[in-house]
Amino acid sequence: MSEGFAEIWRMGLRNRGFVIGGVITLLFVALAALALIWTPYPVEEIVVARRFQGISSAHWLGTDQFGRDLVSLLMAGAVNSVAVAIVAVGLGVGIGVPLGAIAAARQGWLDEILMRANDFAFAFPALLSAVMITALAGPGAINSIIAIGIFNIPVFARLTRGAALVVWKREFILAARVAGKGPVRISIEHILPNISSVLIVQITIQFALAILAEAGLSYLGLGTQPPQPSWGKMLNEAQTLMFLAPQLAVFPGFAIALTVLGLNLFGDGLRDVLDPRLRRER
Amino acid sequence: MKRLVMALAVCAAGLIPLQLQAAGDGHLNMGMVLEPPHLDPTAGAAAAIDEVVYANVFEGLTRIDRNGEVKPALASSWEVSEDGKTYRFNLRDDVKFHDGTAMDSADVVFSIERAIAEDSVNAQKALFEAIESVATEGAGTVIITLKRPTGHFLFNLGWGDAVVVGEESADGNKANPVGTGPFKFKRWVKGDRVELTHNEDYWGEPAKLATATFRFIPDPAAAVSAMMAGDVDAFANFPAPESMVQFEADPRFTVVIGSTEGETILSTNNGRPPFDDIRVRQAIAHAIDRKAIIDGAMFGYGTPIGSHFAPHHPAYVDLTERYPLDLEKAKALLAEAGHAEGFKATIKLPPPSYARRGGEIVASQLREIGIDLEIIPVEWAQWLEQAFRGKDFDLTIVSHTEPMDIGIYAREDYYFDYRSDAFSGLMDKLAAEVDEKARYAVMADAQKRLADDAVNGFLFQLAKHGVWNAKVKGLWENSPVQANDLTDVSWEK
Repeated sequence: MSEGFAEIWRMGLRNRGFVIGGVITLLFVALAALALIWTPYPVEEIVVARRFQGISSAHWLGTDQFGRDLVSLLMAGAVNSVAVAIVAVGLGVGIGVPLGAIAAARQGWLDEILMRANDFAFAFPALLSAVMITALAGPGAINSIIAIGIFNIPVFARLTRGAALVVWKREFILAARVAGKGPVRISIEHILPNISSVLIVQITIQFALAILAEAGLSYLGLGTQPPQPSWGKMLNEAQTLMFLAPQLAVFPGFAIALTVLGLNLFGDGLRDVLDPRLRRER
Repeated sequence: MKRLVMALAVCAAGLIPLQLQAAGDGHLNMGMVLEPPHLDPTAGAAAAIDEVVYANVFEGLTRIDRNGEVKPALASSWEVSEDGKTYRFNLRDDVKFHDGTAMDSADVVFSIERAIAEDSVNAQKALFEAIESVATEGAGTVIITLKRPTGHFLFNLGWGDAVVVGEESADGNKANPVGTGPFKFKRWVKGDRVELTHNEDYWGEPAKLATATFRFIPDPAAAVSAMMAGDVDAFANFPAPESMVQFEADPRFTVVIGSTEGETILSTNNGRPPFDDIRVRQAIAHAIDRKAIIDGAMFGYGTPIGSHFAPHHPAYVDLTERYPLDLEKAKALLAEAGHAEGFKATIKLPPPSYARRGGEIVASQLREIGIDLEIIPVEWAQWLEQAFRGKDFDLTIVSHTEPMDIGIYAREDYYFDYRSDAFSGLMDKLAAEVDEKARYAVMADAQKRLADDAVNGFLFQLAKHGVWNAKVKGLWENSPVQANDLTDVSWEK
């Protein structure tokens, strides 16, 4: 295992996307982690007198319309993005992967039901389900997580089923069945490890999408609520201030773009590294 | 930055002639933030109703003009009896409703009786509370008898809630308003606009505009774009105060910062612990920094208030220093009330930026003295349902834009649940007083009483951010009543 890991690592270092994307992603996660224990200024501290300040040594990126420090807001917004993305993607993996695995293992009518239910859920974009959920339960970070999570379930269920079906046809599975292993045990011991690389790549991509979706929902006022900082909310607030203080829209926008770019590069790189066959085909 | 704005302004200036041709036919596109729920001003509290139909479609016996003064409208003149209890209105004899029927004393009696009836849905029944009876004396005269002299009765009759409606058409006014004004209702495209056209048979000086459209644009950013693109010619109450600088720098636009009757307050649920304790409310009053709220939420536009009264009113008393900003004092008061460790509460914020932005600032200010506020943004419908009607709130921020509405504090069932016999006594005294000087003295006492009791957090008087095309003339600078009076509006040639 460790040998395989070292191999992947060596190949990864040769892949430019993997390295650049990885660095950006690491930076983003590190900033978020740092924000948990320290930000240059408290994010909830409103000092109207120092609003709309430009870039200075005291405020590296200036201050917003309430005099809050923009660096602190961006860092705290990163925490929010990571938290929402982890939980939402976790929800998708936690429910979607077992569903897909069951469908692949049992097939028949259960497969049909699960996959048609999947199609049904897939028909609702994250935004639409979020609007629905907020109409029922009111806006908030939790509800946006649920909405994005629900959107993620069919993505993982489908991917898992498709990948698992291919593995189920392989000879070593037949051997395992002959040895008396049940479908649950085979799924856990043989199927999942063999499709893990596909899942990991998809997780990084969904992670980026979840960050985008969260920003979109907060931008529309359906996601994270004040005073909790969020990149999408910062963009929303900056919208009418574009002529007065364009930097308030530029920095959060840049943060979102950079993070998503980083995650996508990382995901692409990871796919190339984990699945050399795909790379050759490309 | 400034140079960029100037450059954009110069680029944009090149587009003017093109737009003017399109707008020069005597048509005005008026922007509004909120869409009215319906168009009957005698059956709803929403300011947006009056902002479309007041003076344009509907008129009352009297009308309030741009300076807040009472002017004759459907009543050409009136006499008040010695004891101040009997009003005799002489009606104009040349007034027709938009459906062609004549307006006479029967319609006036119908309108008033409809408003004061048991089952009346009028949102401002208090306006008519003093009326004992209404009678006609021929088709041209209406006599209103009051229970007691009421100083501001003629002003009350000028409200949108007191307009005269036709007996035949009253029931349909919500969807198809039929009034006597210089504009007729043409159509209402729900979610988008209300169109009015010139009334050819108007009794008075005809409107200068041929047509007018009220467009509803709730999003501040969209409002900026609509103004910039010329899709909207005027916004009497622009939703984004931060854009004023940008419009001021642009010669295409006139920017007018006027006064409104909007006392913006941190409404406090006086009936719910811990806010039923006056010391808690005083602590909040000591912790609020009005300047920061006005600067942060309204970009400096707004006048601090210390009680529920408009600063431009002659009877105004400056009570902003009644509870000066003093965090130590605030903490001491909280400790005295048994909340040394502070407490948690919620603040429900309706959509306008004064509430959403102001609420964030208030929350951060109250956090300084240990009050931890959870911010709950709500839509207007929810706000009306939960806070206004259901009294289900701790704190909320709202602007009370009705003129001279200090009387709401004497209403037992009003949403901030304030009960004070002393204050109700003052209101009774005010209602009975006709002498102007004496009335002002009572108003001053009433303001002080509210400030002393720290009923609500009194924040600031809402400014009216008017932006309109520099060629549009005749719009109101101030808002003495909720209205977008277009009777005098024209395009400069």
